[in-house]
Amino acid sequence: MLLIDCPFCGKRTESEFAYGGPALAPRPDPAALTDAEWVDWLTVPPNPLGWVEERWWHARGCGAWLTLRRHTVTHEIAEVRHGR
Amino acid sequence: MSEGFEELCRVRPIARQGMITLRGDLSAKAVKNAVTGVAGVDMPSRREARHVGERAILWMSPDELAVLVPHEEAAVAAETMRSALAGIHALVADVSDARAHFRLEGDTIREVIAKLAPVDMSPAAMQPGMVRRTRFAQVAAGFWLRDEATAQVFCFRSVADYMSGLLRTAATPGSAVGYF
Repeated sequence: MLLIDCPFCGKRTESEFAYGGPALAPRPDPAALTDAEWVDWLTVPPNPLGWVEERWWHARGCGAWLTLRRHTVTHEIAEVRHGR
Repeated sequence: MSEGFEELCRVRPIARQGMITLRGDLSAKAVKNAVTGVAGVDMPSRREARHVGERAILWMSPDELAVLVPHEEAAVAAETMRSALAGIHALVADVSDARAHFRLEGDTIREVIAKLAPVDMSPAAMQPGMVRRTRFAQVAAGFWLRDEATAQVFCFRSVADYMSGLLRTAATPGSAVGYF
């Protein structure tokens, strides 16, 4: 169980949150990309053994969207910030 | 669910509770004045609930408050707030009929809530005057401690029967844990 330190509510259990997917680079212009690059951006989430940036929604708390840096092996959370 | 039940603690549905949601810049003077004016209660700071009798202001998020007034006053109070906030970027909604409230009374309220919600209910962590938005088993809910032996739980009215069943189960006689 993750313990996410919401900047507004304090440490809250993962079950109060909804996962919002990886924090991706800004949406590129599909016309400027090859099909392969576009499909990659749309459908292939980063999945490293290590640090990832993710969006989490404090759905059953204050409703804020947070971005956090989480280690996929240890589940350590290094940073939580409001917004992107 | 019309009458309360006497188990580990007394659980009583509050049949008619006026509740108004306000969203806006909580640091704005006009917002503070509009809210405290109709509630007659001091402005809460982050994660606080202030109440006087049946009137209360609950902090719900960095840009949201809930104002509790008697049910029959809610529509007028919402209108008063709306006119006080005319021209200001804020939203006022009378949600009295969209929420269900329960009053828990007794020495074991901490234990009954701790069985249902992922909240540190130790007296050091959860103190009277604190409000908490969280979940009770499967549904979103919130509560605050009015005092050491009284809590008020609120949830969407659509899940009021579920909540009533949850609280009844958590307060079943003989199920005391005695942790707190």
